[in-house]
Amino acid sequence: MHPITTVHYLALSAALLLIGTVGVLTRRNIVIILMSIELILNAVNLNLIAFSHALHNLNGQIFAIFVICDAVAEAAIGLGILIALFRNKETVQADEIDLLKW
Amino acid sequence: MLIDTVLFYIFAVMVLGGGILTITRRSAVHSAISLIISLLGVAGLYLMQQAEFLFAVQIVLYVGGIMVLFLFVIMLVNLDLAARERQFNRGWMIGLAAVLAVGAQIGYFLYRGGGAFRIASGGVTVPPAAGNTELIADTLFSEYLLPFEITSILLLVAVVGSVLMAKKRI
Repeated sequence: MHPITTVHYLALSAALLLIGTVGVLTRRNIVIILMSIELILNAVNLNLIAFSHALHNLNGQIFAIFVICDAVAEAAIGLGILIALFRNKETVQADEIDLLKW
Repeated sequence: MLIDTVLFYIFAVMVLGGGILTITRRSAVHSAISLIISLLGVAGLYLMQQAEFLFAVQIVLYVGGIMVLFLFVIMLVNLDLAARERQFNRGWMIGLAAVLAVGAQIGYFLYRGGGAFRIASGGVTVPPAAGNTELIADTLFSEYLLPFEITSILLLVAVVGSVLMAKKRI
């Protein structure tokens, strides 16, 4: 068996990013779209940690902490918006929210 | 070395399998559970790369915090109707094709340029002088002090904003 190198981690992170992007682009349920965004942010973190480990440099881990903070803020705001939206429109489907559409 | 390889593939299967289940399940609760599996796999990969502090943060914050928040909202919002409707939007083929194009590009890049990351062959690790958490704290509170403080403002804004959004009458 080959030893695990950074390229393995990069490929895994890219695959996770693509899975998350597919979720954002194709799902209708807003809750699942928000979960896909979490997947994307985790892929970014995985990439940062892989390079941090490879270069023996801690800056990548610091950046990952900031990304996690961002993810927390995004989840809180996103779910707040979702609750407000559900109260007003009674739907959680992304393509039924078209008030701004001409 | 062998156990590293085996563990990597176990965690990779957890991450990718959980991710795929997350975006394909009909019920949002099932998606959330799959996402937890995926996040635990990512945490395991952090541990394999000697990021112990982030491993703990990932489990406490993501699995313990964000996912519980998601589950709360799933219970608050009535998703029964949404589970019975169409799950994918009308343009899903276009989205999938675009993502596959990007994936082909990234795959080609990693295939051709992977050798450039040779510096990175894992395993050759220098034992750090201090613990991971200690080193992170040193860097965070000296070099990255200003971004750290700005993050606290970001979180304050997020707290106020989410209360404002979820409140019935302002």
